[in-house]
Amino acid sequence: MTTTTQTRPTTWIDACPAARLRPEDGVAILLPDRTQAALFRTRDGHLYAVDNIDPYTGAAVISRGIVGDRAGEPTIASPMLKNVFSLRTGQSLDDADVHLNTWPVRQNGTTVQIATGAQESTP
Amino acid sequence: MEELVVIGNGMVGHRLIEALRDRDSAHHWHITVVGEEPRTAYDRVALSSYFDGATAQDLSLGQVSGPHVDVHVSERATAIDRANRTVTTDTGRVLPYDRLVLATGSTPFVPPIPGHDLPGCHVYRTIEDLDAITASAQGARTGVVIGGGLLGLEAANALRLLGLQAHVVELAPHLMPAQIDEGAGALLRNLITDLGVHVHTGTASTAVEAAANGRVGHLRLGEDARLDADLVVFSVGIRPRDDLARAAGLQVGERGGIVIDDTCTTSDAHIHAIGEAANHQGTVYGLIAPGNAMAEVVADQLVGGQATFTGADTSTKLKLLGVDVASFGDAHGRTPGALDVVVNDAAGGRYAKLVLSDDATTLLGGILVGDAAAYATLRPMVGSPLPGDPLALITPEGGAALGADALPDSAQICSCNAVTKGELTQAIDRGNHDVPALKACTKAGTSCGSCVPMLKQILAQAGIEQSKALCEHFPQSRAELVEIIRATGTATFSALIKAHGTGHGCDICKPAVASILASLGGGHILEGEQATLQDTNDRYLANMQRNGTYSVVPRIPGGEVTPDKLIVIGEVARDFNLYTKITGGQRIDLFGARLEQLPQIWRRLVDAGFESGHAYGKSLRTVKSCVGTTWCRYGVQDSVGLAIRLEERYRGLRSPHKLKSAVSGCARECAEARGKDFGVIATDQGWNLYVGGNGGFTPRHAELLAGDLDEQTLIRYIDRFLMFYVRTADRLQRTAPWIESLDGGLDHLREVIVHDSLGIAAELEAAMDEHVASYTDEWAAVLDDPDKLARFVSFANAPDTPDPTISFTTTRDQPVPQTPVSLGMPARRPQEATR
Repeated sequence: MTTTTQTRPTTWIDACPAARLRPEDGVAILLPDRTQAALFRTRDGHLYAVDNIDPYTGAAVISRGIVGDRAGEPTIASPMLKNVFSLRTGQSLDDADVHLNTWPVRQNGTTVQIATGAQESTP
Repeated sequence: MEELVVIGNGMVGHRLIEALRDRDSAHHWHITVVGEEPRTAYDRVALSSYFDGATAQDLSLGQVSGPHVDVHVSERATAIDRANRTVTTDTGRVLPYDRLVLATGSTPFVPPIPGHDLPGCHVYRTIEDLDAITASAQGARTGVVIGGGLLGLEAANALRLLGLQAHVVELAPHLMPAQIDEGAGALLRNLITDLGVHVHTGTASTAVEAAANGRVGHLRLGEDARLDADLVVFSVGIRPRDDLARAAGLQVGERGGIVIDDTCTTSDAHIHAIGEAANHQGTVYGLIAPGNAMAEVVADQLVGGQATFTGADTSTKLKLLGVDVASFGDAHGRTPGALDVVVNDAAGGRYAKLVLSDDATTLLGGILVGDAAAYATLRPMVGSPLPGDPLALITPEGGAALGADALPDSAQICSCNAVTKGELTQAIDRGNHDVPALKACTKAGTSCGSCVPMLKQILAQAGIEQSKALCEHFPQSRAELVEIIRATGTATFSALIKAHGTGHGCDICKPAVASILASLGGGHILEGEQATLQDTNDRYLANMQRNGTYSVVPRIPGGEVTPDKLIVIGEVARDFNLYTKITGGQRIDLFGARLEQLPQIWRRLVDAGFESGHAYGKSLRTVKSCVGTTWCRYGVQDSVGLAIRLEERYRGLRSPHKLKSAVSGCARECAEARGKDFGVIATDQGWNLYVGGNGGFTPRHAELLAGDLDEQTLIRYIDRFLMFYVRTADRLQRTAPWIESLDGGLDHLREVIVHDSLGIAAELEAAMDEHVASYTDEWAAVLDDPDKLARFVSFANAPDTPDPTISFTTTRDQPVPQTPVSLGMPARRPQEATR
């Protein structure tokens, strides 16, 4: 039942105005298929999009977590139980079996866009 | 199961029961305790704190209960029948025993001088004695204590606290002759005379004379001197209570005391004696530590152990009327050929003497008055070769500077719990790498706490670095960051981490720095970059619940609320379909608000006159109150009014951890103030201030910081206490562990807060005044600021669309989260929107 989705054509959709996404201050995005992404801009200007749902509790809260780093790896700490994930890969830094999905994300002019057709992981 | 009967429920009897219960896991023994006092065992050593605001309940050692223990109070054993092995009591009960323990303690000795039994003559041993002294002190002006020993000086302080002119009359040439020498006694006399206690040494009390009303009027001294006295307290020594044992034909010592061998067994193999009632090799110990040691020996014997009692260390360190007095080892230099090294600094208020072996190489004992800081280092060194110049050990800084590395492994570091340096280093080798771990593992430092600085030294000596680093991004401790931010005026996290840290920060340092910035007057916590630093709840000024919704708690100062405001809360809850529950802090929590609903809910609440309750913050939560004189027929002060004033003063103060408070209007303590970080309890004269209480995982009772304060002084002390805590505590360290972590603990804190020993009181008060002046309601400020309001949306691309994963079901007529949530394990992602 596992199917990768990377072969599907990439569709960039508008997530929010670039000014809305401030450094280290995440926002939640509702995607057309009703899934949710958490969008972040780090202080050095990188953009990241990961699952908004905390895999430990099922609550849609990742966008409200604290952005930081662990030994240089950009991270997001879930506000629910403080589990920490890599913003780059979505991998939990505490638990090898747990990870968040990630999406490609870019700034196009004054708009931040997310590539929905290209969800990089399998459900 | 065999029957153990224990006669006496004092401290030592209590220790026996506890020790036996710990060891007797097979329930071999059924224990019956009879005690003549009307209450179960209490801390007689701390008896004087009864005059400093402590209640009988505070002093209680706790009731030992359980299926195998029966404790009978107000019941006195009247006879022992050794042939039939029974004990008879004054209620006519006959208790059979297989083993009997006599823990009957002692009685104060009252010299048979004329008038010794007049009304107004007292002894100082039980809570009932203290109540009688308090009653006698009503309307009295002068009180005299006969006996200038340890307990006599405690009694003199008690009279002072009762507002009497206090005198101490001692037959010996100096005070505390059992523990200290003449030089130390002279200094002690100076120090306590300065406190207003009149001292008469080398003086015999020859008669108590009645006044016209038949009560005590004068004390006759020697042949012809007379001292006015409205009440007299005898404190000239104790007599072991061996009458039951005598009547039963057990062997007693020449000068009293039930004779015991090294197993604490009397001349009858079925009967033990412990504590002040016992006579071991001619000595009757009047101290708690030897009594506890005997109790442990008997408990061990009862479960088949081989423990023995071979004499006890009678070293003592205590604070009498605020003066440090310590005496250890051969303090009087009775060892043949012993040499003394003395520093007698009358001007500086210090006296120190070391007793050395005849070749001046070995420490035998010593006396310290005025400053006993060196006690912790010196006492364990008794019997060991001196590490250097003895004079250097007792000059200021010398003893403290010497440190633990000079001690042999056999040196006892914690004398309360008999823990040696060797045992501590072994515990460190097993991985106990901080003071709390060492305490838990060895029990060292858990009783009087005077050895805690030594524990730190031993850890350091073992090469364990006590890292104070906040996290991987800051090598500094929270307290150091406070100082850096104050000194440099740094206003943002990014500036701080750039100048003093590394990397980008994390969920540990960001909220910690955010809290410090807020404590130091950094403005609204959601202003600019600060918003990104805040922990889960602070970030949206509400408490995140398990399904990602929030709960809302409006402030209800002191728990007092009008019907109209209650109705508003009810209407808001109804209109937004919120679950409501009364909190433990006397207010109302509204659950199930979605992020985007928070501003609408708060608009309604702010318009009705509510403000943020800071239930989401590491900050002042509530000041709970009982109704006090507002309604209660027992209340002695206006507890509700004070609680409201305190809550409104300290609301919004960001601190290392949450702060809870309460005010009780009388000693019944219905507001449970002693379970709070700072609790206030009304007295006839004003307010008692308690600090360091909490519930939670490790419940703690708050301890008395200062008593009988007027409101202005009370508030000054609380200002100082809170600001000192805010500036110096670690991240997420509540007040109780913070106080414990201070060198000198509560006594040190009292010096800083009450006596301003660091000279920072005015600055702390000014900082608190600034906090009070700059307070604004955080939620009203959000509602007035479109920029901050913009954060409160469900989705950046669909601001009004509710999070589709949130849904509710109904339990007990109220909405609760629908999805079962498994905590700690990754849950399956909800695949479909349920709404």
